[in-house]
Amino acid sequence: MEELLREYLPILIFLGLAIILSVVMIFGSMLLARQKPDSEKVSAYECGFEAFDDARTRFDVRFYLVTLLFIIFDLEVAFLFPWAVSLGNIGLFGFWSMVVFLGILTIGFAYEWKKGALEWE
Amino acid sequence: MVIEALVFYVFAAIAVLCGVMVISARNPVHSVLYLILAFFNAAGLFVLQGAEFLAMLLVIVYVGAVAVLFLFVVMMLDVDVKKLRSGVVRYMGIGMTLGAVLFAEMVVAIGYWYFTPEKLGIPEKVSATPAISDAHNTEALGNLIYTNYVYLFQGAGMVLLVAMVGAIVLTLREREGVKRQRIAKQVAQPSAEEVKVVKVQTGGGI
Repeated sequence: MEELLREYLPILIFLGLAIILSVVMIFGSMLLARQKPDSEKVSAYECGFEAFDDARTRFDVRFYLVTLLFIIFDLEVAFLFPWAVSLGNIGLFGFWSMVVFLGILTIGFAYEWKKGALEWE
Repeated sequence: MVIEALVFYVFAAIAVLCGVMVISARNPVHSVLYLILAFFNAAGLFVLQGAEFLAMLLVIVYVGAVAVLFLFVVMMLDVDVKKLRSGVVRYMGIGMTLGAVLFAEMVVAIGYWYFTPEKLGIPEKVSATPAISDAHNTEALGNLIYTNYVYLFQGAGMVLLVAMVGAIVLTLREREGVKRQRIAKQVAQPSAEEVKVVKVQTGGGI
């Protein structure tokens, strides 16, 4: 347990440095730079004219489909990590159970390919 | 281990603060960003507990994919924040009740592990996974998932398949009048139909 956490110490130091650096950069520019805001300077700028409408318009539902398919294959990959680590211990049965799992998801992959869900019009 | 305790309190405090900000931020996009920060802090807490694999899973799956999905949903729904805010008082009772039930369940679960087995005379539970000092988290999980829990594992595969098919059935629709590139048709097109060799007379033109 101790040595496990010791391996993560560089990441902790890196995290601390990143936080310090970003805080210094934001607040340093806030403190040092001369700031004279007026209503024209802080208003939204869109190529010289007033903004037409809100930037938050509705998204096409196709983006959602792409993300959902990404999540599913992301989870599939996540299952591969412990399998790869302990492949030596779980024997042939463990190997084939993963092959069956991948086979099930390959059916889904073939389905979405045939349906044209991977194509962007 | 002063550093360990310190890091724990920092991660835990930021996680709780982010949780508060998720429900109190005015802009729903900001809520999602606070949620992502909460996920990162939870991953840090997992690492402190020695659950490396869960921490990485939290970062890869939740931060990498689920948070993006939340962002899309927030963008897609075009949420009216003022309308949502008006229901806060009305739903307060239900929310509090749910929170109390969840807290009670956690107390029961933790209390069970804390007080058993000697004090209640129940034979000691044999933990399925080895102690964290014997094997790494990822290895311990890998030794169990694919053999002892193979049915659950294949069930997870089936659930993913159903989710995939469901997402396609719900959101995929053919659009009319879209010109697509059909590569197979392009390649299969015989050159004889498209190319014509013309003998041109000198100075004559076609």
